[in-house]
Amino acid sequence: MKYLIQIYSNPASRAVWNGFTPEQQAEGYEYYQGISDDLASSGEFVAGEALADISLAKRVTHDDAGTVASDGPFAETKELLAGFYLVDCESETRAVEIAARFPESQFGLVEVRPVLEMASGSDV
Amino acid sequence: MPESDAVRALRAAAPSALAVLVRRYGDFAACEDAVQEALIAAAAQWPRDGVPDSPRAWLVRVASRRYIDEVRADVARRRRESRAVELEPEPAPVAAVDDTLTLFLLCCHPALSRPAQLVLTLRAVGGLSTAEISRALLLPEATVAQRISRAKARIRASGEGFRMPQPTELDGRLAALRQVLYLIFTEGHTASSGDELARVDLSAEAIRLTRQLQASDPDASGETTGLLALMLLTDARRAARSDGAGGLVPLDEQDRARWDRGMIDEGVALITEVLDHAPIGPYQLQAAIAAVHDEAPSSVDTDWIEILGLYELLDRLAPGPMVALGRIVALAMVEGPQAGLAALEASESAAGAAGAALAEHHRTWAVRAHLLERSGAADAASLAFAEAARRTLNGPEQRYLASKAERLRARS
Repeated sequence: MKYLIQIYSNPASRAVWNGFTPEQQAEGYEYYQGISDDLASSGEFVAGEALADISLAKRVTHDDAGTVASDGPFAETKELLAGFYLVDCESETRAVEIAARFPESQFGLVEVRPVLEMASGSDV
Repeated sequence: MPESDAVRALRAAAPSALAVLVRRYGDFAACEDAVQEALIAAAAQWPRDGVPDSPRAWLVRVASRRYIDEVRADVARRRRESRAVELEPEPAPVAAVDDTLTLFLLCCHPALSRPAQLVLTLRAVGGLSTAEISRALLLPEATVAQRISRAKARIRASGEGFRMPQPTELDGRLAALRQVLYLIFTEGHTASSGDELARVDLSAEAIRLTRQLQASDPDASGETTGLLALMLLTDARRAARSDGAGGLVPLDEQDRARWDRGMIDEGVALITEVLDHAPIGPYQLQAAIAAVHDEAPSSVDTDWIEILGLYELLDRLAPGPMVALGRIVALAMVEGPQAGLAALEASESAAGAAGAALAEHHRTWAVRAHLLERSGAADAASLAFAEAARRTLNGPEQRYLASKAERLRARS
């Protein structure tokens, strides 16, 4: 079963992160790397990335006139996607257990969503 | 996808070659790697030069050389051993049958998680490469490789040697193994998309492995035969199950001319024969239900009374939400949609985990929706289909349920 674990940030969690010393931030990155390593060695890791700042996001519009990639406006968004993990694990219970390891779960900013299977499944 | 003779031959010889090596050197993990390398070499050579007279002897010889190159650093000893390998007679084939079963059971060791048992069985018994398994399961190759090496480390840590488990353990181990094979089978309902030439057909692979198990297992329980029959009778409907655009076609709307008669005949013969002499079990009952469906000319002309009886038996032997729903669908076909809806109500409000599991399941909503539709309550049916679509984890099923909801809304 594949699950997408989405990790959000909000003003409160961003304030905590920005208040960290460079050493503390480095420890933070190491902590995340540790989770990635654990998932890789348990054979549950499919993909995972941290996202660059929201100011670099482009909103894409495509119509007959062509494709336009424009900036924002994303400023009023309070909760932003900061990163994600795609895992393949035995159960939702296990996916939740993995999600609880992220510090953002203390702010209620971690979301677990099942992935749709695209195979044809069994008879109905 | 038809497989070449070479691929068939090397996959069939894989488990017994591995067993020979494990008996000879004792280290399952390293031997498995060596056989895997020999299989990769065979996959390159055999299609070009033809399949050797004894595929197993070829694999054993090449894998032994790989193993020795890998594990023994002592050059002098390596030379002696290599010579010995060249001279070694082919081991007696009589052990091969037991060896395959031993290998199957080792791959389904209780210390392993289900996903780990599944990939290890595909690789060690099935002879599939890590790349093939990862493509079939839609996972990164590194993830599958890690699962396999971790599973092998677990087996090594468990200290279980290459021998049959104790008789007291055997039934439980066989039951777990059948579950893994059925999981491989259900994983194999891969979506038909254009560029799948390189992808292993896991349903076919599960059927092949279950045949091997059936050949190597005295199967006093009859359940392995039941499982094989269930797979054949289910896979027989595969071509009719999707509409070519990846859309789902439910059983009652399938074009039965597209069902595979050869598979149905074999499945029916297997289940008929085994029901005569073996103690009844859940896989046999599910196969019997599939056989009744497969032998019916249409949904309406199906022997629903027979199916209802089989589900009632299954409900006593192996109760669960899917069995409860199957029984309710059959009941509704026999006594009408209102009886089905009443039974659904009763099952859902049953105390404890069973009732709760049923109330939560998307299939419950799908069954309710169908019964409401048949009883003429288009509005309620539309809402129930929409709820089922929201709850399912399967893409094609979601599309089907959502379109049912949409069509009923347009009509009401």
